[in-house]
Amino acid sequence: MALAVSLLPESQLDALNAAYNASIARRRWRTILGFTIAVAALAVAAVGAEVDLGTFFGKIGNFFSYFDRIFRLDSGARVWTDPAEWFWGWQKWLGLLGETLLISYVGTLAGAVLALLLNFFAARNTAPLPWLLFVIRRFLEICRTVPDIVFALVFVIAFGLGPMAGVLAIAIHSTGALGKLFSEIVENVDMKPVEGVRSTGAGWVACMRFAVLPQVISGFASYALLRFEINVRGASVMGFVGAGGIGQELIVSIRKFYYSDVSAILLLIIVTVFVIDISTGWIRGRLTGGRA
Amino acid sequence: MTAQTETDLADLKARHPHLFERPAAARLGVPTIALAALALFIYGLIELDFSPQRIMAGLSQLGWFALLMIPPDPGSSLPAYLSAMGETLSIALLGTTLAALMALPVSLLAARNIIPTQLIRFPVRRFLDGVRGIDTLIWALVWINVVGLGPFAGVLAIAVSDFGAFGKLFSEAIETADRKQVEGVRASGGSALHEIRFGLMPQVLPVIAGQVLYFIESNTRSATIIGIVGAGGIGLQLAEQIRVLEWQKVSFLILMILVAVAAIDWISTRLRFAIIGKRAIA
Repeated sequence: MALAVSLLPESQLDALNAAYNASIARRRWRTILGFTIAVAALAVAAVGAEVDLGTFFGKIGNFFSYFDRIFRLDSGARVWTDPAEWFWGWQKWLGLLGETLLISYVGTLAGAVLALLLNFFAARNTAPLPWLLFVIRRFLEICRTVPDIVFALVFVIAFGLGPMAGVLAIAIHSTGALGKLFSEIVENVDMKPVEGVRSTGAGWVACMRFAVLPQVISGFASYALLRFEINVRGASVMGFVGAGGIGQELIVSIRKFYYSDVSAILLLIIVTVFVIDISTGWIRGRLTGGRA
Repeated sequence: MTAQTETDLADLKARHPHLFERPAAARLGVPTIALAALALFIYGLIELDFSPQRIMAGLSQLGWFALLMIPPDPGSSLPAYLSAMGETLSIALLGTTLAALMALPVSLLAARNIIPTQLIRFPVRRFLDGVRGIDTLIWALVWINVVGLGPFAGVLAIAVSDFGAFGKLFSEAIETADRKQVEGVRASGGSALHEIRFGLMPQVLPVIAGQVLYFIESNTRSATIIGIVGAGGIGLQLAEQIRVLEWQKVSFLILMILVAVAAIDWISTRLRFAIIGKRAIA
């Protein structure tokens, strides 16, 4: 069967072409308009943030030479020529790194447990009382919008310097973040098991325990592990405000220009974060059974 | 009726023994893990100096602070706070945009369907991982050493640390793009760059735009804290007021941050809907 391409008459073709061009032109205008607004916003932002390209290009060399300097020992030799000298404080640093991991573990677990208790009140389909839903949701919102390090600043004053303030800060922030994610999972559960359990005369607590929890627990654990991963990063800087962990050593060595210490501690943090990422990723893969 | 149920039960037990008598490993697994987790938790509490006295003392202190925070009051510093908030928003916007611009070409190098050889992809990915492993606050400290105290160091800190995150996210978006449209461009005689521009970018850009908008929102939060180490924005004011125990100002600043984040959240959600369409998100 031969295919014949039938050409439309000129007049019709012109009309169609005009309509096509008009629609393309309209889209192009919208793109240009959006682009102009974005550029204008960036220009205003550049003024607001005191962007100074002169300083930037004048000193960008410092950025690269900084990395050159942190990889040199005091003697001027490259750090990897003398690992013993480079990691001279490894016992102290590993101890602090352990403390950092412990802070994030305790903080994440406490936050996850709190979020577990609160999220059923914050999910639209399981909330027993509408006003409580509103209150809990606003509470979780405040917990997760205020950054954990701000909580740490306040807690350091209230509870004294030390890792305890860091743990509490991470716990509160995790409660907010996990509470939201958990309640979103709960909102997506199948409600039929809940009806089944309720039809046997069970109360609200039993419904949550036997109908909702079995459906959501692996999702909860997966999100909690993800949060742990994020919190390890967060705990590594808690020491900046005196809330324990390796951050204290890091900020001292950056501020006092102990160059080789900076690279050694950064390397330890990166490797730790990397190992935690890999292992939690592996556990999460097993939890979700290859589904996600 | 009861007798029948009992025989049914016996019958079921005989037919599906694995459902009624689970192996010891499966039964003991969860309690063992839970117990180990609890033990580690308690060890952590002891190791990290938790004590009932300290908790009670701290809580009563916090209670005082909370009372002193009411009502929120900026005092005479409202103009300074507003300009600091503007600075924070500028840092977030500019930092995220810079990060996205830098990450786009690099993410092409880290995507499997663009660069088939492991030789380039592997180092690029590890480099991005390394950049991502360092917290924004640490980058801020490094940039303060380079360009001095002030918001510009904050912009660069956010740009660099998001560069790592964007590089990974963008390359994943590129890898999930549909191959067919790229092949279509090649079939009509397009060059390699044409393939990327007309085959790949139309698929990837909406996803990337959505991610960038989401990051602007989350960076508004990060930008509020980099001031704590001296990299500009509202964090500087917040840290100062906390240190001098001006609790009314602190609560006002926190409220300002909450409102600003909510506003950015609202705007960026609208923009995302406009770009990707409502159904793609919901």
